[in-house]
Amino acid sequence: MKYPNPITRNLLIGFTIAIAFGIALPHFVSDFVTYQFTLAMAWAIAMLGLNVLTGYNGQFSIGHSAFFAAGAYSAAICIEQYGWGPYEAILAAAFVSFIFGFLFGLPALRLEGLYLALATFGLAVATPQLLKFDAFEHWTGGVQGIFVPKPEPIISSISPDQSLYYVTLFIILFLMAVTWCLLHSRSGRAMMAIRDNPIAAKTMGINTALVKTTTFGISAMYAGVGGALFTYASEFVSPDAFNFFVAVYILVGSVVGGIVSIPGAIFGGLFIVFMPNFAQDIRLAYEWLPPPWAIFGVFLILIIYFVPFGIWGSIERLIIWTKQKVSG
Amino acid sequence: MDLFLQLTLAGLAIGSIYSCVALSVVMVYQASDHFNFAQGEMAMFSTYIAWTFLGMGTPIWLAFVLAVALSFLAGIIIERLVVKPVENASVLNQIMVFIGLLVIFNNMAGWIWEFTIKPFPSLFPEDFGFQSDLIGPHHMGVIGLTLLVLLITFCFFRFTRVGLAMQAAAANPDSARLVGVSVGWMLALGWGLAAAIGAVGGILVAPIVYLEPNMMSGVLLYGFAGALLGGVSSPGGAVLGGLMIGVLENWVGQYVPGGSELKLTFALILIIAVVLFKPAGLFGRVVIKRV
Repeated sequence: MKYPNPITRNLLIGFTIAIAFGIALPHFVSDFVTYQFTLAMAWAIAMLGLNVLTGYNGQFSIGHSAFFAAGAYSAAICIEQYGWGPYEAILAAAFVSFIFGFLFGLPALRLEGLYLALATFGLAVATPQLLKFDAFEHWTGGVQGIFVPKPEPIISSISPDQSLYYVTLFIILFLMAVTWCLLHSRSGRAMMAIRDNPIAAKTMGINTALVKTTTFGISAMYAGVGGALFTYASEFVSPDAFNFFVAVYILVGSVVGGIVSIPGAIFGGLFIVFMPNFAQDIRLAYEWLPPPWAIFGVFLILIIYFVPFGIWGSIERLIIWTKQKVSG
Repeated sequence: MDLFLQLTLAGLAIGSIYSCVALSVVMVYQASDHFNFAQGEMAMFSTYIAWTFLGMGTPIWLAFVLAVALSFLAGIIIERLVVKPVENASVLNQIMVFIGLLVIFNNMAGWIWEFTIKPFPSLFPEDFGFQSDLIGPHHMGVIGLTLLVLLITFCFFRFTRVGLAMQAAAANPDSARLVGVSVGWMLALGWGLAAAIGAVGGILVAPIVYLEPNMMSGVLLYGFAGALLGGVSSPGGAVLGGLMIGVLENWVGQYVPGGSELKLTFALILIIAVVLFKPAGLFGRVVIKRV
């Protein structure tokens, strides 16, 4: 049997448009908006990791803030204490958070569904306290946190914000391509088989334990890279910046964007960065309304009711539906 | 030795608060297989309601009763309005709805009552007529009141028609429906009771941790840990689990170096350890899944 080539024309066209749009954007907007888009992409990288873990491997995590923090802190420490350049430090962040994720994936093997959600919830709640812990203060700077200078521009003709934007854009496109390849490989199919039916997957000879822990590691690695880039954009890490709500943002972004998808992460990142601003604007226009984050919570519940597959999931379904209409 | 006893008794007091939270978690879990991640924020909100009544000059016990009653109603309304529509949704979407609730309650509380930390008075008198070096009056009162709440809950489930109907609805929804139990309303009632018991926990813990919108996040984690340790399928076990966690927390804080700073990490490790080595908890029943 011959399989259809998964690299379709539409995929290539979509990818090219996305790249062109991404490259052109900073020329049309201010440095501040560019910075916001950089933040959105940093979040999106973490959400992409969560999509792989939850959407394609079926493991829950309400604790990705921990890996986000691990990446952010390892990058900051490498720069601050060991004088590394910002881009090598991203590799360190990826490595450290992969190890953390892999190790956390080991107990996660025995946890299913809700219980895994619960354990990762604990991880998220405990993270700020761990970062403040006296014994690590030498590295983490305790409650004070660490200042990280914004990386120098890669080309002298652009501003630091634009430079960081392009670096982040490159990394997210690269990681999306890597994820796409991973999901269309033997390992990717193994991941999905485990999600759909763990017992059948095991019977077919898939090493479920290894695949699950490695997926956890990869997912944490993405979160760590996102965390490092987030730190460069915001120029600062501190324990309370990685509280439980960070984990909520990542999860919310993933679900809103469409958790069983790759491009969904981008929508998720944009949602997390721009939705609160939008809620803020609504609030300014109607002052009797509750605060932006409460409005955000209401939006979240409404989205779950009305768009349960997320933005990208709905777009996909719409495309399939139109195709059926046209051909049938 | 005195220190050890003091720690243990104070641990029991804190532990009874965790028991309340654990019990409300288990109540929702039993009724509908959900962990309500918003349980802590709901309890926090109830505590603010009690605080508002206090500000209006209501006597503290009346404020307590009113806040618990309102929480009960609010719990029912939330189940009917917010949770029911996702009854058949995927687990992930259900978790998202709970997180949405958590975000809403947290921010609404900050908006209505501001994020400043407020002192909250104890329900109990300064003096019960006798003194003890080992345990303060608030802690003594907490243990007493929690035991009373647990006794009432136990009697309600064991001896009343509605309590038995709720058990039936949780154990076997289909059969319960056939004998005329309205399963949907029993779920709502479970949410109401959970909210009310959570409110008791919130009002009891507020004098200790002070009133602020984030006061329950740690308590909820301990409540989850207690529920898991005791067994999520066993309300009695959850209560014992909560008590054990309270005592353990105090011991670890005192005797393990660095323990007082890493209390939440301890709860996390405990949760993972329980789920790894005794997933049903100490008193829960083991569920065997047919393949």
